Amino acid sequence: MKQAGLRCCEHAALTVNKQIMMKKTIVCILAIVLNAVLTHAGEPVKIGMITTLSTKAGYLGEEIRDGFKLAVTQENGRLGGIPVQLLIGDDGRCPEKGRQLAERFIKKEKAKILTGIVFSNVAMAVVPKVVRQGIFFISPNAGPSQLAGKGCHKNYFNVSWQTDNLSEVIGQYAMEQGYKNVYIIAPNYLAGKDNVAGFKRFYKGKITGEVYTTLGQADYAAEIAALRSAAPDAVYFFLPGGMGINFLKQYARAGLTKKIPLLGPAATDERLLQAVGEAAVGVINSSQWCADFQTPANAAFVDAFEKTYGRIPTLFASQGYDTARLIGSALAAVGGDVSRMDEFRAALEKADFTSVRGAFRFGPNHFPIQDFYVRQVVKKQSGGYANKLLKKVFNDHQDAYVGQCVHR
Amino acid sequence: MLVLEQILNGLQLGVMLFLMSAGLTLVFGIMRVINLAHGSFYMIGAYVAATVAMKSGSFMLGLLAALPAAALVGMAVELLILRRLYHRDHLDQVLATFGLIFFFNELIRMIWGRQPLFMDVPPWLAGSVQLLPGIHYPVYRLAIILVGILVALFLYLLFSRTRLGMRIRAGATNREMVGALGVNIRLLYTLIFGLGTLLAGLAGVMAGPILAVEAGMGESILILTFVVIVIGGIGSVRGALVGAILVGLVDTLARSFLPDLFRLVLESSSAADRMGAALASMSVYIFMALILSFKPAGLFPVNQ
Repeated sequence: MKQAGLRCCEHAALTVNKQIMMKKTIVCILAIVLNAVLTHAGEPVKIGMITTLSTKAGYLGEEIRDGFKLAVTQENGRLGGIPVQLLIGDDGRCPEKGRQLAERFIKKEKAKILTGIVFSNVAMAVVPKVVRQGIFFISPNAGPSQLAGKGCHKNYFNVSWQTDNLSEVIGQYAMEQGYKNVYIIAPNYLAGKDNVAGFKRFYKGKITGEVYTTLGQADYAAEIAALRSAAPDAVYFFLPGGMGINFLKQYARAGLTKKIPLLGPAATDERLLQAVGEAAVGVINSSQWCADFQTPANAAFVDAFEKTYGRIPTLFASQGYDTARLIGSALAAVGGDVSRMDEFRAALEKADFTSVRGAFRFGPNHFPIQDFYVRQVVKKQSGGYANKLLKKVFNDHQDAYVGQCVHR
Repeated sequence: MLVLEQILNGLQLGVMLFLMSAGLTLVFGIMRVINLAHGSFYMIGAYVAATVAMKSGSFMLGLLAALPAAALVGMAVELLILRRLYHRDHLDQVLATFGLIFFFNELIRMIWGRQPLFMDVPPWLAGSVQLLPGIHYPVYRLAIILVGILVALFLYLLFSRTRLGMRIRAGATNREMVGALGVNIRLLYTLIFGLGTLLAGLAGVMAGPILAVEAGMGESILILTFVVIVIGGIGSVRGALVGAILVGLVDTLARSFLPDLFRLVLESSSAADRMGAALASMSVYIFMALILSFKPAGLFPVNQ
């Protein structure tokens, strides 16, 4: 870098045309100054982010990445005062690709901290392998039950929730509302069944129907007709991403939105709302965070996010932001030296940062102990749609697998 | 009552599949090209319609903009890429059009971003009507069925009553001879491909208000579309119509009634639900296997 800068300065001096010479000189001075700054600051701590940016689910990774990057930008390229370099790779929702990215970040880039994975299947392919190699993995989203229970590891931390949690909230809420008959609809794959299990852990009423659809199904006319004839008090639906958009639009077309309430775990994030619009109004969804939390930390986050990216953040963005801030707090504690592993881990366990969701601490399995809420989709007076905080459902809630966790 | 409603649902899904498979089967039957990127034109139709409808507030304007857009992009693809592949074997065509899927998905992400778009039903098609006492059906889904019937009628008239249709049929039978008779066969192929992608675009527009308008939306319908043209007989538009309706009905009825059937037989209702769901998602493929074991060339084989 320095050499390139010098060489370009020599070249600039030789140039005859004055205007070009001026420009070149400015460029090479900039190069030298930049170089000096970088050298002076020392090697930045590398953080490898494996996330899902392509495929239909790509917006989830984008939210997490943008939330994370916002925290880094706010500190001018630092976290906790320590310069960081963020390496970003797209796993395309594919476990094999996630593993390759992890390999590259660890072997080639010598990153000691990994983060970013959105989906449980990718997490299960990457996390157990890397944490055993003495790499820290701080998850901003995926929280499969295996990593919370028997497969927990001292180098693994989760800043979001255990997968079942958001459905447990809905189960508890359905009980509090006194719903007697609930109809369940979820895709036929692992996370679908985990979520239904989470719902049933707290909902003890009658289940009038339990439908498992094909993953990625587009048309729900048949399911909606069957649902209507079952006439339940409420519908529990876990249909992430595009499936949820399809379902909500068709549910509204069938004229059911105002008749049978819809409840879903984090079902209507702010990005999805822009695509569903009016059809989502009234939907109840669970979250550990809401854009309208009035804490100073959250107000500042939402404001900065909107200014930077021109959209309202989703809970995924809040998780990315919190993940970056948590890493920052631990980096500050060890002065940026991640090789002091025990101290770094102890600092992470302390979770000495102000989470935008409010109170935050880790349980013994390094999953959060936190409050959970339900939100409801409303039409904003200024136009557009938003999630409005409805009520708190759980205080200091912990996942169901923590008892099975023994750290290795 | 529920059965009748589910049959309507099946018809409506069948019509969507017909719009997709008519274009695909035309291109395959006449031009002998396997076009895996057919779903991309469906996506382009939906995106253009959603954008224009959002900006102008009119669904019809969206429709009017989307159809030529899908047709023009289709003809450009034929001119620039497929034209070079007619004499190559099917593997090359599959590779090239498979590549096009990625190209178009990424292009859509670059232009519109990762945010799925919003598209609403026009107000005059919103709401639902009472068909029979106790059966309320969304007007928009009825409109889809109507559009499908109109398109089927249009294609029938085009092929049996017009000079263009005659040339297309002739071109399918003997390409060289038609060329020797002075018909511009290259232009004809471009037009057919444009017609096929226009129909895919139309399917995309119709799907916009009830499905997610997002990059990659074409792939979820593409597989069923291939099932339809295999069942119907590759190259036969009539086969595509019958195949699409059958696939739509089988898929919808299996999804709605198989779990109930299993519940009658099995003790545990959750096991029944899971078995039913698993079998329902296989039903279309089992149906295809059955048809092919009796009619290996599909229901309406095209003589080649």
